[in-house]
Amino acid sequence: MNSLRNSPLQASSLQAPALSAGSATPDSRALRLVRILLPFVVLAVGIVAWELVVRLNDIPPYVLPGPSAVFRTLVGDWGVLSQSLLTTLLTTLEGFVAAAVGGIGLALLFNQSKWLEYSLFPYAVILQVTPVIAIAPLLLIYLPQQTAVIVCAWIVGFFPVLSNTTLGLNSVDRNLAGLFRLYGASPLQTLCYLKLPAALPFILGGLRIAGGLSLIGAVVAEIAAGSAGAGSGLAYRIAESGYRLNIPRMFAALLLLSVAGIVIYGLLALTSHLVLRRWHESALGKEN
Amino acid sequence: MAEPAILSEAESRTESGSAGLVVSLRGVTKVYDSGVSALGPFDLDVRKGEFVSLLGPSGCGKSTALRLIAGLSEPTSGTVRVSRPAVAVSGGHSIGFVFQEPTLMPWTSVRENVRLPLKLAHVSAAQANARIDEALAQMALAEFADAYPRELSGGMKMRVSLARALVTDPDILLMDEPFAALDEITRFRLNNDLLALWRNLRKTVIFVTHSVFESVYLSQRVVVMTSRPGRFGTEIRIDVPEPRGEEFRTSAEYAGYCRMVSNALVPSYAGQPGS
Repeated sequence: MNSLRNSPLQASSLQAPALSAGSATPDSRALRLVRILLPFVVLAVGIVAWELVVRLNDIPPYVLPGPSAVFRTLVGDWGVLSQSLLTTLLTTLEGFVAAAVGGIGLALLFNQSKWLEYSLFPYAVILQVTPVIAIAPLLLIYLPQQTAVIVCAWIVGFFPVLSNTTLGLNSVDRNLAGLFRLYGASPLQTLCYLKLPAALPFILGGLRIAGGLSLIGAVVAEIAAGSAGAGSGLAYRIAESGYRLNIPRMFAALLLLSVAGIVIYGLLALTSHLVLRRWHESALGKEN
Repeated sequence: MAEPAILSEAESRTESGSAGLVVSLRGVTKVYDSGVSALGPFDLDVRKGEFVSLLGPSGCGKSTALRLIAGLSEPTSGTVRVSRPAVAVSGGHSIGFVFQEPTLMPWTSVRENVRLPLKLAHVSAAQANARIDEALAQMALAEFADAYPRELSGGMKMRVSLARALVTDPDILLMDEPFAALDEITRFRLNNDLLALWRNLRKTVIFVTHSVFESVYLSQRVVVMTSRPGRFGTEIRIDVPEPRGEEFRTSAEYAGYCRMVSNALVPSYAGQPGS
């Protein structure tokens, strides 16, 4: 890109995309391969060691099931587990959407009115710092179980969206804001063409955190609902299997929860990258 | 303290002797909320089609003066008069402003950045496109219309900023040290481009700079400001026939004017420690 400096009229060289920096020397490519492979090597070693410990010590599956037993349960109980997975994912999604809408909406309201922000922000903080596991039983008393679970997911998810969006809306370039004023932009135009795009990287960062937290919120509420509830989410399955000493199924459900969390994070990170890749520093290669 | 006022063209025309003035500042002061007195009282008259530079050390309030003229901030006292004739084309705007930074929206292309003033004025897409093309062509940017700001060099970004200011066909172009962050070669080239634009389009230009050489090269009139708070110091006319070009930059006449302006600048920073 340096060739572009000081030669403003050379048009042709611009078309080379700036993102091609990844194709560097073979050395760095090998390094990248190692970086990807190492965690998998660790995983394989861990699984083998686990299996060996279980087999050599003859540990019964209701104390500690080996990975093979967990995998067999995962396949064998797939009908029950997949249904539970779907339930938990749906709850998480509903909580996440509520957190996104609530967080961004509140931030926009706060941005429009300082009074509203001063009045309500402390309560948003209180809601955030009170452990959700302590709120969940109360919610279960007053709300139908399905609603309570979604509200729990919302409570943990909305704060990072709110605070990140607020930060983004407040970090608009001062001169750009002046330019909008100079050209007589309406408040709505300033919001749509200036504030929201400028805040987008921050909003996406907040959503990325909220995705994982919504899952945690949903799980916490399911656990709190426990045997009293009629729910069939993954966390409920874990609690239920615990009572029945069906330890392999506990592990299988836990594995599914982990994978769900990873997939949610991966999807949101990918979305963020795709949206920002053309302009934001965070989505650009380091060499640029 | 006098009531601050920003008057329209209709009112300023009724006063005798103000015909042809597009910008007129009278006893303007600006005191910031922190209590810092940034400007004035400051007087300035600019005639239609003039190229005037405001020159002074940093912190002398020249940028403040420019922001007052643009209406981006209000004077504490005094009057700011800017003639705003009815615009002929839809989406026209009588003032164009170029900041020290390019101040582009990084999330969108060059074309969309230049479109911004028209979009804010609800100009139809078809009408806007023609004028964007024209503004891009004026700044030799046609081939870069779809590039993103981060893909451009500093000089190119400044060109985009200029194209955006020109797209509304303003009568007055306010420029706040626009080339200060650029290297000298790019700056010389943009100086020449700006002069060519001014000759062709006959805009009124008020150009803030802290470079003696730039102010002499570009302007018809250099207003030297004193600092803290900024006041009108002296005024030096640069009486050199147009068009000016590279040969002017190396002429003895140019050097003479630069010496004159430099000398005029001395009192404005003489009393300051360590600046």
